[in-house]
Amino acid sequence: MDILHYVNLAIKSIFVENILLAFFLGNCSYIACSKKVDTAMGLGVAVVFVMVICTPACWAIKHFLLAKGALGWAGLSNVDLSFLIFISFIAVISAMTQIVEMLVEKFSPALYSALGIFLPLIAVNCAILGAALFMDQRNYNFLESIVFGFGGGIGWALAIISMAAIRKKLAYSNIPAPLRGLGITMLLSGLLSMGFMCFAGIRL
Amino acid sequence: MGESLLSKKNQKIVKNGLWDTNPVTFQVLGICSALAVTTQVKTAIVLSIGLTVVTAFSNVVISLIRNFIPSNIRIIVQLTVVSALVITVDQILKAFAYDVSKQLSVFVGLIITNCIVMGRLEAFAMGNPPWKSFLDGLANGLGYSGVLVLIGIIREIFGAGTLLGFHVMPPAFYANGYVNNGMMLLAPGAFFLLGVIVWVQRSISGYSES
Repeated sequence: MDILHYVNLAIKSIFVENILLAFFLGNCSYIACSKKVDTAMGLGVAVVFVMVICTPACWAIKHFLLAKGALGWAGLSNVDLSFLIFISFIAVISAMTQIVEMLVEKFSPALYSALGIFLPLIAVNCAILGAALFMDQRNYNFLESIVFGFGGGIGWALAIISMAAIRKKLAYSNIPAPLRGLGITMLLSGLLSMGFMCFAGIRL
Repeated sequence: MGESLLSKKNQKIVKNGLWDTNPVTFQVLGICSALAVTTQVKTAIVLSIGLTVVTAFSNVVISLIRNFIPSNIRIIVQLTVVSALVITVDQILKAFAYDVSKQLSVFVGLIITNCIVMGRLEAFAMGNPPWKSFLDGLANGLGYSGVLVLIGIIREIFGAGTLLGFHVMPPAFYANGYVNNGMMLLAPGAFFLLGVIVWVQRSISGYSES
């Protein structure tokens, strides 16, 4: 058990390999919801929450049900169900989003109405499925998958909140008409992503 | 069916998907993979084919069963259909193009959450008959592929000096001090390039966000 290893993994997934700015995941809701800082903040928090729960949940599904030999406890040690990974991960994610939505509605109606439509849309946010698939591909263990889910979520939230802040300032600038909206957001993301690339120099 | 298979209306559906309401530049859908897989033309082409197939056929399937889906669980039904198709594509890629499938890594799986697929299902297939939905899915997939391959070509030529793996930059350039622009292969290059492509496409088609 090396605490430093997990701290490094968290820093790496937040800054160095930011899931949005280095892997382009979750770009659609990033562009659609980064017009106001408040909504960006709410969506960011919701994504962190869902990701912290889903990544380890997918890990458990994979290791106890889908991987080759994982069904040994049921006497089916030769069964390899790993081709079902996509469909079961997306099922876990959409079920989890549904549960989170119901919980938030029950315990914090204020947050629920603030997030509104964005909560159910998290199910189709590629950042979540992306994190789960990266977890699978890089063979993280259970603790690592929690840390990676957390770091990935925080990194995503960080990127969308900073973009919302920049776009707020941008409201007063005179941008050429065809460049407004998507165009200028992409150019800004390029600059932001260049900034985040500086973290690549950190030796972890 | 009162109208022919390629009537004016159906041609309009195709043209919308390809140019007027291009999924990437107009509807702002599917940006994630548009940027991630375009460091090479080869991966861009393979992903484009995969995505076009999935969009077209999921549109058909959802359109066929659209009257039987209870509206409050439609997202889950759609996701199930799409992921079944994506699994098929993934298994085929693993069997026949293993190297490319390794390079694409998680992005084949991410076709499931590619907004284009879900977007077209919600916006078109839920309210239109199968043949129209098929055309719509095909056209949107191809419109997306066009942007993807274009970005791929630019990034590969300027980033690595190659096209589909063949060297296309004349050696004379390198002899006179030309250096490949490594930035093109990294994330910021992709963002800038897409920004510029959107700018050009919207200048020509005359669309702008308020």
